[in-house]
Amino acid sequence: MAINWFKYAAPSTFYGLAGKLIPWFAWPAAVLFCVGMYIGFFVAPTDAVQSEAYRIIFIHVPASILSMIIYLVMAGYAALGLIFNTRLSSMMATALAPTGALLAFISLWTGALWGKPMWGAWWVWDARLTSELILLFLYLGFISLQASIEDPRRADRAGALLAIVGSVNVPIIYFSVQWWNTLHQGSSIKLSGTSMHIAMQQAMFAMLAAMWLYVIAIALLRVRSIILERERNTQWVAELAEVKQ
Amino acid sequence: MNWLEFFAMKGYAWYVWGSYGVSLLVIIVEIVLVRHRGKNTLQQLRLMRDAENME
Amino acid sequence: MSKLSLLSLLGLVISRDLTLAMRRRADVLTTLIFFVLVVSLFPLAVGTEMDMLRKMAPGVVWVAALLASMLSLGRMFSADYLDGTLEQMLLVPQSLSMLVLGKIVAHWMLSGLPLVLIAPVLGLQFDMSGEALLVLVVALLIGTPVLSMIGAFGAALTLGLRGGGVLVSLLVLPLCIPVLIFGAGAVTAVTSGVSPASNLSLLGAFLLMSLLFTPWVSAQALRISME
Repeated sequence: MAINWFKYAAPSTFYGLAGKLIPWFAWPAAVLFCVGMYIGFFVAPTDAVQSEAYRIIFIHVPASILSMIIYLVMAGYAALGLIFNTRLSSMMATALAPTGALLAFISLWTGALWGKPMWGAWWVWDARLTSELILLFLYLGFISLQASIEDPRRADRAGALLAIVGSVNVPIIYFSVQWWNTLHQGSSIKLSGTSMHIAMQQAMFAMLAAMWLYVIAIALLRVRSIILERERNTQWVAELAEVKQ
Repeated sequence: MNWLEFFAMKGYAWYVWGSYGVSLLVIIVEIVLVRHRGKNTLQQLRLMRDAENME
Repeated sequence: MSKLSLLSLLGLVISRDLTLAMRRRADVLTTLIFFVLVVSLFPLAVGTEMDMLRKMAPGVVWVAALLASMLSLGRMFSADYLDGTLEQMLLVPQSLSMLVLGKIVAHWMLSGLPLVLIAPVLGLQFDMSGEALLVLVVALLIGTPVLSMIGAFGAALTLGLRGGGVLVSLLVLPLCIPVLIFGAGAVTAVTSGVSPASNLSLLGAFLLMSLLFTPWVSAQALRISME
């Protein structure tokens, strides 16, 4: 996700680049989404055990995977910003956080709606769902912390420290919850059988790719706003076509 | 293709469409909010520029 | 003035914080009372069926310990921050991490240790066996310092911010969950007839890891908050 050319490490140049890149991610995302949904609903067969309800996985699984990846990428950007003092890296972290949180929420919502017909309860204390809930709290903590700090540089660095500590904790939390779950014999949300029908795999990959591209597009869009807000007193912002009109 | 049957999802309609519906809603809301934020920011910047030009 | 060794710096910070806290004894007591109150609320809310209470006991005590620990976090840095002492501490040539560690130890002695000491009494309210009570005390003894340490990190990050206590709790509680799981798990293990050794040793591992990292990380957080 990072364009590693130093020229674009400056907010002023990245602003333009981001704007140009967004359609290149947004349109393929939309296309892949349609492809994924088509395969998922019209090509993939009915599951032997879970009937039609299993089709929720095509959004649940990508959302879960991405919410975890985004947290790590966010922490990575934040760490870069902290270590190298690059404002843009911190801005990317701030831009990714809400999307990650929303995906964690989608994962929990779809997980609950999948669990209810399968196990009869809206919330089963499945290890993965519980870890996902904790991940949502970690996101909300990051967002709240940054929202409570007025000075943008302090917000960047405090958030970075929190995100780094959070990432280190994620494996510990995951392990603890796994252990706790086996002890209390919660149900495990799994797919029937060990092998998935090829169409299910295709649909899953398409949806994962679609959501990944979407995340990049929306993060780029959000970071443009953040850049403008943070750089509002600079010359280059005043010279922008959108502002001059 | 029997569309009625398709939408019924063998009785799981609420769960399946509820999942996709809410997820889509969340994504649409996110897009709307981000674009709104962008428009707001630009508006603020224009106001700032106007204020400066007036001096 | 001779240069202070790290250990005597530690002692100095601890005794200073303890002395200051003794002048405001009410603060320390209110945390303790809160702990007792929260634990006592549960039987009132869920009924007095002994079997259920016995099963719930470790969880209830641990959640109460967590909440009580959160409550007292404000005290750790804010007083020194408000009167300018903290700024002076940042300029001290010796390790800031050591200073933070001193504050953490003092905090634990004032909020964690009393909980450990009063826990057996509360455990009896839930009809816990002697064995379970012992494991509970040991688990709390190992776990509450970790809570203080994680709390210190949160308190340092949120120094001087509005939203205070709630914000710190939001940041810190998710990070405390593993301690909660294994702390309560140790007691549950012993009541089910299994050895609590694995739980307790994991708690011990958390304690060691936090000792190694949290003072330093919290010191960095303090620097970030104080610029």
